[in-house]
Amino acid sequence: MVRLLSATAAIRTHTRMNMLSPQRQRLVVIGNGMAGMRTVSELLARTPHRYDITVFGAEPHPNYDRIALSSVLAGEKTLDEIVINSRAWYEENKIRLITSDPVVAIDRVARTVTSSSGLVAPYDRLLLATGSKPLVPPLPGLTLPGVCTFRDIADVGQMIAASETHQRAVVIGGGLLGLEAAWGLRRRGMSVAVVHLMPTLMERQLDVAAGTLLQRDLDERGIAFFTNGQTEEITGTDHATGVKLADGREVPADIVVVAIGIRPNIDLARACGLEVNRGIVVGDDMATADADIYAVGECIEHRGQVFGLVLPIWEQAKVCAARLAGDEDAIYVTPPLSTKLKITGIDVFSAGALAAAAEEDEELIYQDKKRGTYRKLVLRDNRIVGTVLYGEVKDGPWYFQQMREGTDIEAIRDRLILGEAAASLTGTVDPTAKVAALADSAEICGCNGVCKGTITGKITELKLTTLDGVRAHTKASASCGSCTPLVEGLLALTAGVDAKAAGPRPMCKCTTHGHAFVRRAIVADGLKTIPKVMQHLGWLRPDGCHSCRPALNFYLLCAWPGEYVDDQQSRFVNERNHANIQKDGTYSVIPRMWGGQTNPTELRAIADVADKFGIPEMKVTGGQRIDLLGVKREDLPAVWADLNAAGMVSGHAYGKALRTVKTCVGSTWCRFGTQDSTSMGVALEKMTWGSWHPHKVKLAVSGCPRNCAEATIKDFGVIAVDSGWELHIGGNGGIHLRGTDLLCKVETPEEVLEYCGAFLQLYREEAYYLDRTAPYVERVGLDYVKAQVVQDAANRKALHARFLFAQGFAQFDPWAAGGHVANTFKTLVPAE
Amino acid sequence: MDGSVVSGAQGTHWVEVARLEDIPRLGSRVVATATGDIALFRTSEDIVFALDDHCPHKGGPLSQGIVHGQAVTCPLHNWVIDLNSGEAQAPDVGCVKRTPVQVQEGRVLLALRA
Ligand SMILES: Cc1cc2nc3c(=O)[nH]c(=O)nc-3n(C[C@H](O)[C@H](O)[C@H](O)COP(=O)(O)OP(=O)(O)OC[C@H]3O[C@@H](n4cnc5c(N)ncnc54)[C@H](O)[C@@H]3O)c2cc1C
Ligand code: SF4
Ligand code: FES
Repeated sequence: MVRLLSATAAIRTHTRMNMLSPQRQRLVVIGNGMAGMRTVSELLARTPHRYDITVFGAEPHPNYDRIALSSVLAGEKTLDEIVINSRAWYEENKIRLITSDPVVAIDRVARTVTSSSGLVAPYDRLLLATGSKPLVPPLPGLTLPGVCTFRDIADVGQMIAASETHQRAVVIGGGLLGLEAAWGLRRRGMSVAVVHLMPTLMERQLDVAAGTLLQRDLDERGIAFFTNGQTEEITGTDHATGVKLADGREVPADIVVVAIGIRPNIDLARACGLEVNRGIVVGDDMATADADIYAVGECIEHRGQVFGLVLPIWEQAKVCAARLAGDEDAIYVTPPLSTKLKITGIDVFSAGALAAAAEEDEELIYQDKKRGTYRKLVLRDNRIVGTVLYGEVKDGPWYFQQMREGTDIEAIRDRLILGEAAASLTGTVDPTAKVAALADSAEICGCNGVCKGTITGKITELKLTTLDGVRAHTKASASCGSCTPLVEGLLALTAGVDAKAAGPRPMCKCTTHGHAFVRRAIVADGLKTIPKVMQHLGWLRPDGCHSCRPALNFYLLCAWPGEYVDDQQSRFVNERNHANIQKDGTYSVIPRMWGGQTNPTELRAIADVADKFGIPEMKVTGGQRIDLLGVKREDLPAVWADLNAAGMVSGHAYGKALRTVKTCVGSTWCRFGTQDSTSMGVALEKMTWGSWHPHKVKLAVSGCPRNCAEATIKDFGVIAVDSGWELHIGGNGGIHLRGTDLLCKVETPEEVLEYCGAFLQLYREEAYYLDRTAPYVERVGLDYVKAQVVQDAANRKALHARFLFAQGFAQFDPWAAGGHVANTFKTLVPAE
Repeated sequence: MDGSVVSGAQGTHWVEVARLEDIPRLGSRVVATATGDIALFRTSEDIVFALDDHCPHKGGPLSQGIVHGQAVTCPLHNWVIDLNSGEAQAPDVGCVKRTPVQVQEGRVLLALRA
């Protein structure tokens, strides 16, 4: 009975439990990956007590979602988020997990496996789930540091580390895996080139038209391509320096990622004499030639076919678990497969035939060049046998379903290519109504093989209300995400919640993305116009709305100073007309008064303007300047011209911009004054005027802690003290009154300017549009702002420098000629 | 201007009021007529609409709003007005009078009452 040769604590427990329950059989699983653990989960669901289970994993981690490595590389998910089975799960299910210790031999006579550390485990049943290995061609230079593959967490770690210290990457392979690697590295700021053997990308999943569109879109996102590129050599002596192609082209690189394909991992099986071909040969029962040894996943070959996607693997896991549980009838049949590329903003769907192959095949093609969308259906006998979609893929699952079900499409043939909405009788598809109509057994999530009944069951049982909740408890929508709308539909149906509201709040109804995501994407993906942002991030409405367009306009202005051309039509009326619209449609005009100072010439000019244009009301504002109210739109250019002539410029009292710098008279006049607060205020205003912000920004400088300029309710407030200047941030005197937080104390006026510029730039770069500094500081925390602006001097100087750089383009007076087109203020009159 | 009256029907005349390029894309211009100001809107697809420049809410000048799709958002309190129907988008209720408009060879023609 005791065949145990060497033991650890884990294995000792194993024997003890066997003695307590001698009827239990021992199942050993080699490979702690997606296929193996799915099989174990299915097995536990069927028969929790039949086996004592031991799992050997070569990797140090518990089972994780390999699919999501692409998202980890792209910075969209963390490693913690992609764990499928935590160590606690293994413990709860009494599974012995042995990590970082690959099995090195199988003894089929003794029925034991031996690990690299010398551990021996006996089995009654053995499951091989060793996955596959990256395919690597025999290239010179392959073993150089700086060369890696894309298969596991270690590879991703290596790529992320390289992206932090190096600039250039080459990816060999323009298939699914290679492109996702390229995109991830690009997202991490590297310049990336892809070398691909074939003339078009992803040629196994896409036809030439879609492959070409894909290349164009990726090219636009800054990935370079070398197609028809046969790699001959990885160059370098002690570190990779690039690749050399057969036609002589050379591509320099600091890191080379080889992602040309995978090869089933069959070494162990071969060594122990099991039948292997390309993969470990299994029958419809998932058993190998040895009836006690099963195999699932990418390591197998079934009826001549090998696998590289999880969907068929889930099916294998089901059948294998059924067999292990004693069900003699379970039979594996490979389901039809579809693929999707996981690059945010690029949508590709492909299933079945890529092109007409036989005489009787037909192709339906629809392309919209302007929108960059393409769809092709391959038909045989009035049935869909292939689909390639590019740019817009929401109909993919529907086509795929028609394909799997072999639906006769004769009746809808004329509209078929336009998608489900056009083909259905009513012309619209409500995703909720659609999921309502599905049977409980209908599969919702293809990646994780979750059907409707399981999802609705969990929603009810655990009172789930969020998409993340459903993901955590059912795995539905947790991997590639293409079933998200259906899962949201189920949430709406079962729990009556709008799941979309649960994530980060979308900017507006035109998009599902939140502000932070959009801001990051603009910078990371080099998006430089509003249409580009909208197209790239899949805006739902072609020219957005009054809420997202001004936000995008600001984000772009902030991200690309000097480069981005301000879009007037995306500005709110006040910023377009450089004046404040009033309730009767007239405007108010406020010229700038530096630090609240003025003089007789200015006051005379203001009085003259008021007389000349019949301005009905004048008022002194809270920001220490003079407001001319009731100016007609048509008069605006002339009013400005007169004010300009007297040396006055726009006060930007109408903008999400720097408004005023309020000051007190300070040490020049006041008996309490400790510093010249007025001059400080003027210097601040000279530096900051004209700057655009997520919301209005107000500054103030008081000459002593009596604080007559009310600096502690300003966005940036300065209070002079004997030894220098106290800097305060995040105050607000509006609806939600908020006193400032003390940022720090500095000694010189130069420092005041530097800290002010740095803080304002931080706010400009990070706040969400229409958040003032108060909610911004509350969101990120005062400590964060201090770390960025006070503690990190280099960062402060860099922020300040970026602020000044942007000011180089922002400091022009919109009132002066050229800043506006006077013409547009004119009312037209019908021709006589 | 010569040739401004293109055709006449039921007491209205097609009158040239602007050239297409006078109206910025996703923007607007105001035309003063005998019956009040009319706002001309031009969409991103160069479709031109003409509506009274007067929001059904509190009379805001729609011409100064942000144009998006075939709608304009009033600058005063953000009512969204459908340029096709003149109707305010739910939950708001109200309607703006539309005036027939056509663009011929770059000339914007309004159907004005004689
Ligand atoms: C970056 C990336 C993106 C992907 N994207 C998608 C996608 O979008 N859609 C999709 O359907 N599929 C995708 N896949 C493929 C999918 O991840 C695989 O099909 C799936 O993981 C295969 O499961 P498996 O268990 O057979 O292999 P694996 O998940 O690789 O598990 C095998 C495990 O066995 C271990 N092992 C090997 N030999 C031994 C040994 N001797 N002893 C102990 N342990 C051993 C390995 O270390 C590994 O942990 C992607 C794969 C990658 C790498
Ligand atoms: S804040 Fe101090 S210095 Fe300035 S006016 Fe008031 S009392 Fe005088
Ligand atoms: S006046 Fe137009 S929304 Fe109020």
